Amino acid sequence: MDAEAAKLLGAGFAAIGAGLASIGVGNVFAKFLEGALRNPGAADAQQGRLFIGFAGAELLGLLSFVIAALLIFA
Amino acid sequence: MAAEGKVDPMHQFSIHPLFGSDSWNIAGYNIAFTNSTLWMAIAALLLFVFVAGGAKRQLVPGRWQMAVETFTGFVDGMLAANVGPNGKKYVPYIFSLFMFILFANFLGLLPLGVIGLHAFTFTSHFSATGVLSILSFSIVIIVGFVKHKLHFFSLFVPHGTPALMIPAIFVVELISFMVRPFSLGLRLFVAMMAGHVLLEVLSSFVISSGNASIGLFAIAGLPSFVLMVGICALELLVAGIQAYVFALLTCVYLNDAENLH
Repeated sequence: MDAEAAKLLGAGFAAIGAGLASIGVGNVFAKFLEGALRNPGAADAQQGRLFIGFAGAELLGLLSFVIAALLIFA
Repeated sequence: MAAEGKVDPMHQFSIHPLFGSDSWNIAGYNIAFTNSTLWMAIAALLLFVFVAGGAKRQLVPGRWQMAVETFTGFVDGMLAANVGPNGKKYVPYIFSLFMFILFANFLGLLPLGVIGLHAFTFTSHFSATGVLSILSFSIVIIVGFVKHKLHFFSLFVPHGTPALMIPAIFVVELISFMVRPFSLGLRLFVAMMAGHVLLEVLSSFVISSGNASIGLFAIAGLPSFVLMVGICALELLVAGIQAYVFALLTCVYLNDAENLH
């Protein structure tokens, strides 16, 4: 396998990371809704934490996109 | 863009000088007025008009004043919830940051291509978002050291850490502190870039399948177009969420600097 093909394969594999991060983001919102429906009174105050969790989960998926972009373009 | 019949999804991010040229250099850096600069200026100008139009201080606010006060109240509430009473003094900074990024993200999504203009999203460049995140990070460091002097380093050793664990925890906390400006800038830039690439790729499906044949357009082009409309709505959501997350994380970091932990 030559280097160029290996790079493109690696970029494709990096998409797995993006898919896994989507599970993570789904988990964040699912668990939040689960908790919020049990105790709606406390839900609004936790919205900041919801988005911090979302940002963390999303960042790790975006990193895989960055790695794919680096493999293709750099 | 459509060189040799192929759509290049990265072309939309190219920066070119509008006024001046590539040879306008100061200390090795180009200072020409580029399309990126133009859209930053437009975002700043629109933000100024938006705030100036609402700054009437009427007792019973009109629609415009109400819109501006909703945003300031939102930022105020965010700082009160995350930093506490000490956070009041950061309202102007967080408000400018949040609104500037929000305007930039939405301006980049405007369908100006219909009338022949090309909207440029400068938040899809790490050089722009990186500077914004370095600005936030420097404020955190300056506030932390001015307020707590060298005691600021206790940020890296949380309360109740066993003495045995202090060296390991210190290193972990230091790394997590040091990657903050990168993660802050990277998140906004990649989210905006990925969304715009996705839109461009989908639109290239529509265009090239439409050029090929009517049957192919029905099979591939039409579903892509419907998906594109949906992704556009998603991008509007992402534009808002990313601006919010940037402001929120800046608040969380400011909380570390103000109150340690």
